[in-house]
Amino acid sequence: MRSIAKLAAVGLLATGVLGSAAMAGEDIRIVVVSHGQASDPFWSVVKNGVDSAQKDMGVNVEYRAPETFDMVKMSQLIDAAVASAPDGLVVSIPDADALGPSISNAVKAGIPVVSMNSGSDVYEKLGVRVHVGQTEFEAGLGGGKRMAAAGVKKAICVNQEVGNVALDLRCEGFAQGLGGDVKVLAVSMDPTEIANAIKAHFAAAPDTEGVLTLGPSAAEPAMQALEDLGLLGSVKLATFDLSPAVLTALEAGKMLFAIDQQQYLQGYLPVVFLTLNAKYGLMPAGVVMTGPGFVTPENAAQVIELSKQGIR
Amino acid sequence: MATTTVGQGDERLKQASMLRRLMGRPELGAVGGAILVLIFFAIVARGTGLFSAMGILNFLEVSAQLGIIAVAAAMLMIGGEFDLSVGSMIGFAGIVIAIPAVEWGWPLWLTILLAFAVALAVGWINGTIVVRTGLPSFIVTLGGLFILRGLTIGLTRLITGRTQIPGLRPLVENDWLAGLFAGKVGYGFMQWLGDLGIIATRPDGVPLASGISMSIIWWLVITVVATWVLLRTRLGNWIFACGGDPNAARNVGVPVARVKIGLFMFTAVAATIFALVQTLSVGSADVLRGQLKEFEAIIAAVIGGCLLTGGYGSAVGATFGALIFGTVQMGIFYTGVNTDWFKVFLGVMMLIAVLFNNYVRRKATEGR
Repeated sequence: MRSIAKLAAVGLLATGVLGSAAMAGEDIRIVVVSHGQASDPFWSVVKNGVDSAQKDMGVNVEYRAPETFDMVKMSQLIDAAVASAPDGLVVSIPDADALGPSISNAVKAGIPVVSMNSGSDVYEKLGVRVHVGQTEFEAGLGGGKRMAAAGVKKAICVNQEVGNVALDLRCEGFAQGLGGDVKVLAVSMDPTEIANAIKAHFAAAPDTEGVLTLGPSAAEPAMQALEDLGLLGSVKLATFDLSPAVLTALEAGKMLFAIDQQQYLQGYLPVVFLTLNAKYGLMPAGVVMTGPGFVTPENAAQVIELSKQGIR
Repeated sequence: MATTTVGQGDERLKQASMLRRLMGRPELGAVGGAILVLIFFAIVARGTGLFSAMGILNFLEVSAQLGIIAVAAAMLMIGGEFDLSVGSMIGFAGIVIAIPAVEWGWPLWLTILLAFAVALAVGWINGTIVVRTGLPSFIVTLGGLFILRGLTIGLTRLITGRTQIPGLRPLVENDWLAGLFAGKVGYGFMQWLGDLGIIATRPDGVPLASGISMSIIWWLVITVVATWVLLRTRLGNWIFACGGDPNAARNVGVPVARVKIGLFMFTAVAATIFALVQTLSVGSADVLRGQLKEFEAIIAAVIGGCLLTGGYGSAVGATFGALIFGTVQMGIFYTGVNTDWFKVFLGVMMLIAVLFNNYVRRKATEGR
């Protein structure tokens, strides 16, 4: 009995100390509820953004995420956040149907809400003040313009998930930004199939000058295909999102650029906005774009360094 | 202490006092653990909103959803088997409801009945394989875990090309059966409390906690029914007998195979109720729903006093096990602990609750 009582007391003490430490300091308390676990490499960077904003702003921030991609759990976390009456709430909105009622309830309870990462299409309807993220179409548009500037007139957009609206929008934006001839190459996730589809395309249309892939999982086989064809360098290759292989290829000049949504900002900026809102009632409006940021051979080395620090 | 008139010295006929009998119940430890956890958070998370109306309904809802499957898992464990396919069954039932309703325009009541039919079939298959082959249900249902999750992802991608199926919310409003599972009840009551100023309201006058989630009602109903079956019916005796010693049970004429298959079917149905409550309340289905719930259900049942070896346990215990789990999970949120350390605290709290639970139970059984 005594040992258990002691154990309980230790647990009580430990949590109590942490709890009271969080209460001290500034009075402003912001809660972040996202769908990404801090153990995911992408979301770990977002969380680092949240953590440094917390330090820089001198406020209390709590970051919460369900253990799995569980929208019901996430809505319950939002409800819990509302019950604790914070000065600001940051949410990501990957499923507006599941999260909508909880978010609206937060808004109606008078809590300022900022959304980040996903939800650019629904944030306004739910009464969210600002969305911080990258919109897919605009990101593709930026990529297209950049490739056009490199002299490309005819390109392909390699889509490994046709039907996924986000990816379709990227290709559409890319086509409009390039302003030239863009063909969507529909492939599966299989790297062998991706490489062979690209080789087949170049056999049929050898005058293609640019290739855009929609993720590192397609960029790596695309690079392999171009290398096999002896076209790496003469055909411009670009991709969405970063991976160690993509960064190495960029540093070696084998790729033109990679489109990065700079998710560090998606953690950092909402905390800053809500702090300023709590202090002075200031708040930007609309969608604050965190991307597209471009990683090119010129800045690849710096990005590699930053990604080691968990900022990119 | 007991006064007996017949068969002096025969302990089977001894009248135990009410308190004694209570002390010997398997759920006692879980009740103690739940009280300990509530006291803990009452101290640590005081003034943070955990014990506001919304905070209470919030952790009750989390507990309730787990409780629905935990009670079924407890009955199955008492009957001597496990079901690891519960989590995947939740995801699968979700799309069985959503795809016909959203993609093919079926009325919701029909897809709900379809989901229950599918659940009964899955439970029957699980149970029959276990009973016929004599393989450990751990392994058989582990296969079910992967197959059902795979079917969920495969079918959804094949039919819709996506992994989420939104758009159920408008259908729920016009359906007579869906109302049993979706949304909340007691709006008027909560509004009344809000108007009286007993609970917090939003600036527009609507209470923050606008109603009691249907999952809480289902949780209570299933707990009561399961407890009645276990303690007051012949079927309940059969279940205990199957888990305690299947051979002896068979020899005295208990239909062991049928009881076990029935329990597997009940577990799958409970998973479907869980899926219905979730899917219809949030208005969308998702192929990843229910992940890891099979373990949470077993954990809640064990916290509630079920033995892993079968033949011992209670439904009320599983309900309190779920309450402990839900309270700790949501309660930590209010203490302000950094997420990076969240799981450490979750683990420590669970361990303390279980140690306390175990201690109480040992004391109680020693005292006989």
